[in-house]
Amino acid sequence: MTIETRTSIVWDYAPAPESADHIRLEDRYGLFVNGQFREPRDGRYFPTINPATEEPIAEVAYGGPEDVTAAVEAARAAFPKWGALGDLERAKYLFRIARLIQERSRELAVVETLDGGKPLRESRDVDIPLAAAHFFHYAGWADKLLYGVNAREVRPLGVVGQVVPWNFPLLMAAWKLAPALACGNVAILKPAETTPLTALLLAEICQEAELPPGVVTILPGDGSTGAGLVRAPGVDKVAFTGSTAVGRDIQAALAGTNTHLTLELGGKSANIVFEDAALDQAVEGIVNGIFFNQGHVCCAGSRLLIQESVRDEVIAKLWQRMGRLRVGDPMDKNTDVGAINSAEQLERIEVLVAAGEEEGATRRSIACELPKRGYWFAPTLFTDVSPAHRIAVEEIFGPVVSVLTFRTQAEAIEKANNSRYGLAAGIWTDKGSKAFEVASALKAGVVWQNTYNHFDPTAAFGGYKESGFGREGGPAGLRPYLEVVR
Amino acid sequence: MSGRLAVRKTYKLWIGGAFVRSESGRYDEAQGYNFPRASRKDVRDAVAAARKAAGPWAARTAYNRGQILYRAAEAVESRGDGLGVSREEREAAVDVLLHYAGWTDKLHAVLGGVNPVAAPFLSFSLPEPTGVVGIVAPDAPPLLGLVAELAPALAAGNVVVAILSAAEPLPGLDLAEALGVSDVPGGVVNLLSGRRDELAKALGAHRDLNAIDDAAGDAELSAELDRLAAETIKRVRHGAAATSYGDATDDALSRLEAVTELKTAWHPVGA
Repeated sequence: MTIETRTSIVWDYAPAPESADHIRLEDRYGLFVNGQFREPRDGRYFPTINPATEEPIAEVAYGGPEDVTAAVEAARAAFPKWGALGDLERAKYLFRIARLIQERSRELAVVETLDGGKPLRESRDVDIPLAAAHFFHYAGWADKLLYGVNAREVRPLGVVGQVVPWNFPLLMAAWKLAPALACGNVAILKPAETTPLTALLLAEICQEAELPPGVVTILPGDGSTGAGLVRAPGVDKVAFTGSTAVGRDIQAALAGTNTHLTLELGGKSANIVFEDAALDQAVEGIVNGIFFNQGHVCCAGSRLLIQESVRDEVIAKLWQRMGRLRVGDPMDKNTDVGAINSAEQLERIEVLVAAGEEEGATRRSIACELPKRGYWFAPTLFTDVSPAHRIAVEEIFGPVVSVLTFRTQAEAIEKANNSRYGLAAGIWTDKGSKAFEVASALKAGVVWQNTYNHFDPTAAFGGYKESGFGREGGPAGLRPYLEVVR
Repeated sequence: MSGRLAVRKTYKLWIGGAFVRSESGRYDEAQGYNFPRASRKDVRDAVAAARKAAGPWAARTAYNRGQILYRAAEAVESRGDGLGVSREEREAAVDVLLHYAGWTDKLHAVLGGVNPVAAPFLSFSLPEPTGVVGIVAPDAPPLLGLVAELAPALAAGNVVVAILSAAEPLPGLDLAEALGVSDVPGGVVNLLSGRRDELAKALGAHRDLNAIDDAAGDAELSAELDRLAAETIKRVRHGAAATSYGDATDDALSRLEAVTELKTAWHPVGA
């Protein structure tokens, strides 16, 4: 299928690159322990690279086992004072952090994009403002916990170990830290190996906010750092966002330890388009659902379920819309789809896409000029997908959408729920009564109607089934960080 | 600096975002300054300005209203001693603003919810601002006593017409200057100084006022406000003057409920 332009004139976008002049990054970052940046015990550093250019940006300390032990000790030492601080004073620290994120938002957005490859437009308009909003929201909870837990008497858990992924580095750090601190816990955060920089800038912000030492610890490293942290004695609660495989390992490792645990894991979310939907609007939602952040989104609408009567029309519109996606330099403000986060992730996507072709699905990837260096994957559409195909079952975590069809509402629900995951779903219909009926039948933690990928600090987020347990956002997000006394 | 003559402030009312003299041209004297003695016409102007601002203010996101109240806390804090009250009172007022800044986006979760109705409907109830709230501030403390009534009304999305402390109106008029640089839209807060017996009744009798929050602590006035409220079924809350942060926040939810309506919506499911 070729893309027809609507007029004979082609309206090209002029390059609109964001400047990186104003950001200041160190050549080398230590571990943030006890309120200060420190050398790692064994002196190991690793480079963090820009996935759009493969060029190193900075060196970052690697947190080894001794560092984990030291971090837990520092956090334990800080906990009594922080937990006993007046609620309102705790709130004030969090408000300060929220304000500093807002003040430094442009810098944070640029660093997020350089370090992770996501389009600047998304860092600037989604990641950073939402991170600030999250701190702002939970700041307000710190002195209202009673109202957030239905009048139960509660106390903080103590030291929480938090491991976050690379797809929304600062935002996930905010989702983890803000409620933990609001509830009176101290936190040790392990940012992802490929995207540690904004968490380290957040450490600077904690210093600027005069947060007491040890209340927030930032411990960069790789998977083994995280594995060590979640198993460390002295950690009272673990919060993990990442793959279901790692989540399963953590849950098994903590068996019998009484360590509190919440998991926000993978997904294979269904985006369901009914024949009575506003199809152009639905197509925009499909594109946003799967190509937002290169599809590196745990709740990405990666299984597109289209009612048979509108299948051809939706696919035609979708393919035409996909052809207009601008793939390339994440620092360009017009870019829709940026770089794949790492070589490793690119390989995972390629393996699954190859499996899709081998299993007999029909692949279409948009024709676009990809930069010579860096990690890229053209937005891809699979049709003729059977529910048993790997691309319909496994999380790809890339800009790849698999189309399935259905005839009746019951079949749509059946197919949508036919997954070991249950993170999110989308419903497109102009009939509200149908939307609510389908929503209540879906086994998913978040259901979007006539929209997709909306997030807000007041709205709980989290999964059913193997997408994990526990919720982040709103009052529900407080409970994982509190123990009920009575 | 000997020989330098201080520039003295002309105190004015704050109506519709503008600093204005009383339309009556009258003034009273307190704390060594002249200040406007507002008239019943000023009350009417203030309610009209408030009504105009009510819709847009309520339509802002809860997050945005929270940011503005937080900004107000920043602005009051940064004025230091410029508000003419004790440091303790000023700090309590800042903390009260901060506390209610955090309420704007939590009210719905706490007061609202989904109703598990015994029929195929999605039914939910959610709090909405009641509209224009008239506040009769206590004589003392002049700043905290006002802020304790103002902050919950604003946090819940209402707009306000307040009659300031009759004994010490200046801190309230000074507060207007802090709020005026806090992104509080014009008309959302309207502050009137003058004689309470003249103004409170005019406010209470105004037919376009939705609620009256009386913290003056005057039993006779309370009864009169109750009577006036009945005419247009106004919501009335009587409370003692807040003299501490705790007074203003311990029962925050009751303060918020007093200026909140609950709306229940029904939507068919499956039909």
